[in-house]
Amino acid sequence: MDRRIASRLTRLALGRGQPPPGPFRPTFWRSPIRGPWLSSVLGSILLLGIPVVFVTGLLSYAAYNPALGGGNDRTPDKGILGFYLFTWPTDPVWLYGVVIGTHVLVGLALFPVVLGKLWSVIPKLFTWPTLRSPAHALERLSLVLLVGGAVFELVTGLLNIQLFSPWSFSFYTAHLYGAWVFIGAFVTHVALKLPTMVRSLHARRLRDELRTGLADTRPEEPGDSGLVAVSPAAPTISRRGVLGIVGGSSLLLVGLAGGQTLGDGFRRTALLAPRGGTFPGDFPVNKTAVGTGIRRADTGSDWRLEIDGNGRLVSLTRDDLLAMERRTERLPIACVEGWTTTQTWTGVRLADLVALVGSPSASGVLVSSLQQGGAFGAARLAANQVRDPRSLLALKVNGSDLSLDHGFPARVIVPAAPGVHCTKWVRSLRLLADKA
Amino acid sequence: MRRITDWYGASPLHLVALLAGGAVSAYAVTRVPSLDLLVVIGLWFAGMLVVHDLVLFPIYAAVDNVVAWLRANLGGDGLVPTVNYIRVPAVLSALLLLAWFPLVFRLSPTFERDAARTDDPFLWHWLLTTAVLFIGSAVLYTVRVRAARRKVSASQPPL
Repeated sequence: MDRRIASRLTRLALGRGQPPPGPFRPTFWRSPIRGPWLSSVLGSILLLGIPVVFVTGLLSYAAYNPALGGGNDRTPDKGILGFYLFTWPTDPVWLYGVVIGTHVLVGLALFPVVLGKLWSVIPKLFTWPTLRSPAHALERLSLVLLVGGAVFELVTGLLNIQLFSPWSFSFYTAHLYGAWVFIGAFVTHVALKLPTMVRSLHARRLRDELRTGLADTRPEEPGDSGLVAVSPAAPTISRRGVLGIVGGSSLLLVGLAGGQTLGDGFRRTALLAPRGGTFPGDFPVNKTAVGTGIRRADTGSDWRLEIDGNGRLVSLTRDDLLAMERRTERLPIACVEGWTTTQTWTGVRLADLVALVGSPSASGVLVSSLQQGGAFGAARLAANQVRDPRSLLALKVNGSDLSLDHGFPARVIVPAAPGVHCTKWVRSLRLLADKA
Repeated sequence: MRRITDWYGASPLHLVALLAGGAVSAYAVTRVPSLDLLVVIGLWFAGMLVVHDLVLFPIYAAVDNVVAWLRANLGGDGLVPTVNYIRVPAVLSALLLLAWFPLVFRLSPTFERDAARTDDPFLWHWLLTTAVLFIGSAVLYTVRVRAARRKVSASQPPL
């Protein structure tokens, strides 16, 4: 190869010399409203919203009681990332619903804000020279994790709640570690950019901007931000217009999905949400009997509940269970996918069942389902969950026998536990050896 | 100190912030249980970044340019700029689709089997929402144009 061409290609690859035509030239970017103020307003919304989504995500992980091991912990290699874990309480009963509902709805609301923020700073992706210094190189690497992480978390979350997983990895593994990769880059970004954000926000008053129409919209002061267009086009939308589109999109997304989180009376308003709309005479199902490979024959008169612990094994028919002292509790069930439903459950207290083989407060319980394989065929309940007098092995819901899809012959319902730990088609309860 | 700053290109605090955040990210990466899994997740991670920056952004920027061009070359009597009455409902509708395309296009092969319900209505719900957005925008536009015309004719004496 000609040496001159080779040297030119090297310079190009390193981003030296004159920028090539296209997005690397500052004149390419012509939006008259891009600028540090607009980016900072969107950034400040994310600064408030992202910690909420992150913390509720961590809490949702804690709600699975991963310390009990087995299927409760989808990420057993978490190491010190589990530093904050604690035994999940059973009070208030709506706790998990609020945590996961906030996680999903705030995440949805931030989706347009993230896209708006990325639009507002995209000229920075094409800065020239591409790598100015070691500091610049490291910061850009961190931005790959920041932007990649934000998009990855939004996409995996959004697709997972729509029961669509075009990937081969476990959602739990990828979404949890992805969140930690992202949050490292996020904290760095906030530390580096907070002064710029505060300064930019002070340069203009939000109240004035919200009163400025298209006719009076002018580009921001050119500074060293690299965001303000060198040769701006005539504006076609005001800054308040852009903020209105972003905010309106967030409201629309939440408004059309929020009903599935508020549950029941509001569900019909959720026109664009996987468990929104109407369920005539019924409430939503996470996984059906067909979807989990439950055979009707296994749930018939031959079905027995086995309770195993302290070297004793008790086997009960459904009639035996119906003959025991029955309790009725009105409890919500909330799914990790962000929807909630509150129903009236009737059944036998878990504590009463465990007492048949030993002391009721002794330990946690491994609940196994008839389900063949699958992600949540068994779940471990902590001692406080078993002990809670509202925790039931439900036989009926709203006065009728459970339907097959709702877990006939018997299902667990535990206050404030994630829905997948309210095991359906229960086959056995096994007392866990006391860890203490 | 000065030499470090000159070579590095920023203050040492900049490096501290990057190393601290980078340590969290790097630790999380080491927690992924297998290299195969890490590669798969990494490819999706990078893929989504590329799809946003080099596919989605250029497409929507190009579409927006077309809309702006149409406005400049076709726009009515110029009393009320038309572009945002198309742009706003179009962006809102597109964002709904971007968020919910697996439901709208029924991409989940197990949705009906798992959820005990059909995913047929979502396409109609999205189309309905889109129609409401565009009709609402058109109504608002008509109202604004009428108001602007009244204002113009009120300020011009009859011939």
